[in-house]
Amino acid sequence: MEQITTEDFRVIDNCLMIRLPEEIDHYGAGFICENADRYLMREEVQHVVFDFEKTRFMDSSGIGIIMGRYRKISCFGGRVYAIHVDRQIQRIFKLSGLNKIVEVLES
Amino acid sequence: MKNEMEIIFDAVSDNEGFARMAVAAFVARLNPTMEELADIKTAVSEAVTNSIIHGYENLYGYGKNIAAAAQGAIHQGKVKIHCILEKEILHIEVIDSGKGIENVEQAMEPLYTTKPELERSGMGFAFMEAFMDDLEVESILGQGTTVRMVKKMGVDGWIDNG
Repeated sequence: MEQITTEDFRVIDNCLMIRLPEEIDHYGAGFICENADRYLMREEVQHVVFDFEKTRFMDSSGIGIIMGRYRKISCFGGRVYAIHVDRQIQRIFKLSGLNKIVEVLES
Repeated sequence: MKNEMEIIFDAVSDNEGFARMAVAAFVARLNPTMEELADIKTAVSEAVTNSIIHGYENLYGYGKNIAAAAQGAIHQGKVKIHCILEKEILHIEVIDSGKGIENVEQAMEPLYTTKPELERSGMGFAFMEAFMDDLEVESILGQGTTVRMVKKMGVDGWIDNG
C-alpha cells in the first residue's frame, strides 16, 4: 500500500495542501502531524487543505490529525478545508462533530 | 452456519492495518456492503489501536518514538482477535493483557483521552459504539481489557446523522 511521503505536502499561496494516504490510522498519523506542523511554523501558511482523494479508510486518528492542526491555526484566523470527501469520511466528520470546524469543499 | 476465527499478533502499530483487513476478509463471504465493511474496519482499528497504545503503551511508530523502539522499549504483548460469525451476526472480541482501564465509563466518554500529546481524539469508543450494534468493555487493572462488539450484517444499518 502506498504510504504518504513529503511529496504529498505542498504550499500553494497561503494554503498547505496535504494529500492524505489511502488509509489513515494511528500508524501513519505521526508522520502527517509532524510534517504538517513543520509547514505551519512558517508564517506564510495560514490555511490547511486536506485532500481525501486517495483515502479509502479513516479511523479516529484522522480526527486527531485534523483537530490538532485546527487548534494550531485557528487562533491566527486559519481555516481547515477538506476536498474529495466521500460518504464514509463525511459520516465520520458528522459523527465526531468535525463538520463544524472543517469546511468541506465540493470539487 | 457458524464460522469462527482467531488471530494473535504483536501489539505494534504496524499490525493495525493487518488486523482490520483480516476481519474484513473474514466477513467477505457475506457480501457486505461498502458501509458495513467500513464500519467493521473502523471499529476493529479503534479497538486494536487502543490495545496497542493504551494497553501496552507501545508508542513507537508514532514519529518521534522510533528512537525508543531502537532501544528495545517495545512491549512484547500480543493482541488477540476472536470472531464468530453466526448467520448474519458478527461477534468480534479484541483482547489484550495490558495494563487495563481504571475507569471504563470515563474512558468511553467522547473526547476523553489520556494521551492528548499523541493527538488522539478521544473518539475511539464513540466510533465503536456508533458503527457497531453492540459494544461491551470489560477491563481488569493490570490484567487487560476485552472489547466485545456485535454487528448485524445485511440489515443496511446506514445511520443518517443528517
